[in-house]
Amino acid sequence: MTNARGFVAINVEECKGCKLCVTACPVDVLHLAESFNTHGYSPAEYEGDGCTGCGVCYYACPEPGAVTVYKNWAEAQVAYICQNKKVISSLSLVDPIKGIAKCEACGEQVILSNISNLSFAE
Amino acid sequence: MSVKILGKSDSFYDVYERRPGTNKKQTHYCPGCGHGILHKLIGEALNDYQVAEKTVFVSPVGCSVFAYYYFNAGNFQAAHGRAPAVATGIKRSLPESIVISYQGDGDLAAIGGNEILHAANRGEALTVFFVNNAIYGMTGGQMAPTTLIGQKTTTTPYGRTVANEGFPIKMAEIIASLESPVYVERVMLADTRSINAARKAVRKGIKNQIEKKGFSFIEVLSTCPTGWKMTAPQAEEWIKSTLVKNFPLGVYKDIAEQVEPLNLAKNLASLERVPRFLGLVQDRLELDTSKMKLGEEIDQEIKIAGFGGQGVLSLGVWLSEIGMREDLKVSWIPSYGPEMRGGTANCHVKLSRSNIGSPLVTQPTILIAMNRPSLEKFEDDVIEGGAIIWDNSLIDVAPKRSDIRNIPIPSTQIAKELGNTKISNVVVLGVLAGFTDFLDPDVVQRVLPIIFKKKHLLEINLKAFQKGLELGRDLKN
Repeated sequence: MTNARGFVAINVEECKGCKLCVTACPVDVLHLAESFNTHGYSPAEYEGDGCTGCGVCYYACPEPGAVTVYKNWAEAQVAYICQNKKVISSLSLVDPIKGIAKCEACGEQVILSNISNLSFAE
Repeated sequence: MSVKILGKSDSFYDVYERRPGTNKKQTHYCPGCGHGILHKLIGEALNDYQVAEKTVFVSPVGCSVFAYYYFNAGNFQAAHGRAPAVATGIKRSLPESIVISYQGDGDLAAIGGNEILHAANRGEALTVFFVNNAIYGMTGGQMAPTTLIGQKTTTTPYGRTVANEGFPIKMAEIIASLESPVYVERVMLADTRSINAARKAVRKGIKNQIEKKGFSFIEVLSTCPTGWKMTAPQAEEWIKSTLVKNFPLGVYKDIAEQVEPLNLAKNLASLERVPRFLGLVQDRLELDTSKMKLGEEIDQEIKIAGFGGQGVLSLGVWLSEIGMREDLKVSWIPSYGPEMRGGTANCHVKLSRSNIGSPLVTQPTILIAMNRPSLEKFEDDVIEGGAIIWDNSLIDVAPKRSDIRNIPIPSTQIAKELGNTKISNVVVLGVLAGFTDFLDPDVVQRVLPIIFKKKHLLEINLKAFQKGLELGRDLKN
């Protein structure tokens, strides 16, 4: 991670590949993937770096849950309730392109956009 | 530094269980459809204002008919174009709820054009989202009222022409010209800036309703990449390059700050007051029914026919009224053309001791014909042994049948001599009372003051009745 202030996670199975987020992104860190999702669309994909967390792609996207933008990701400590160990854990990014993070408590990899109980400590 | 997640709003279901099929994570909209963006803006606003719990969506006919798959809120699906009327009912019965009418251009501007005008004019405290994509999207890209001049659709394959289809309808301007609406704005979903402006408009529209300000109307220029045969980014460009030039953006009306919050308290009538509202409470006529003389032939099926204005329908109503006072079962149905005067009219009256199955009179026991076409039309329907009472001062032919009782009465002539041709129907009523057994003249004379409340009318009508009664009694003897 270089100077990315935010983070964007694309839910691959909800994306329809309409490309609106790609054209809307002011810093050009989104593109359509080469691969297909199960519905046959080429979903949007994050370059893995450079997201400012501006949220433009979130509002450009017509799909309610396809894009999740985490503002000020870099400054924040992500708190996450680990389902395995039943403790408050933190997450560290493993694959920023696919939005995959690792739980520090149990070591399990999770897809960020599938988690609704994230909270942030400053 | 504060941290914020921009993600799926809690106003949406996590999994769209209501959506049939296996794909329960995606909406049914085409890739790049503007509906999804507007859904998100509305969902976010409902969530931020914490009103999703008490929100009721009224979804239209159109692509957004399935809005209830997605929003974790109340939902009503209205008939095509009728969302504002349904929303009115919901809002009035649940004044604390947030009622959102979400409609497309085919729904709101075409078949529902009338509904939206009147809901807006009444100033119903609703928030209306009008998704204008200049086309019928769901049905396959036909011309909508908002289709642009020259725009090719499946029903305007050479482009819309003014001569053939008229100009596109600008709903925001029309709604803004009415007195009642408090907030009318047109926005578009075409780029970051415009989506941000739309977001503000959406929030204002919902906030207005939370603050009970009245009718808010937000027209949203939205993409239909499939109907326009474009990619999603091209569709957004087309809004910016073409659509918005025909539908200028802007706030067309905003008096939300100036108006006082509406008093939306439920104003429902108490049950006790309902009969009076419906006119069911009347001055009772005390009758000694035991003394009533009722004829044997009590099951009467009467058809009264003539010109509109001759009192044909009224005569039927009076007969039913009198029948009710005599504790009979009665029915009356009118049949008439659109004219108040002139045209032809007839009515079916049944008087019976037993329950009436159908109010239709197909084989009358008595036909009252007030003009020639009526006599000719219904003469053959009268049952054998029945009676035909006809106005021989207006009809220049006589009934041809010999198996019926033929009763010519110059009722219009008599009425004219009494001073008003309009009372010829009362003369006929008198004849009926005198000639037949089923109408008790005493009862009729006591019912007439209830019918004719004005004294000067009552006098002349009683005279006409007496005249008819004498004629009827003469005929009987």
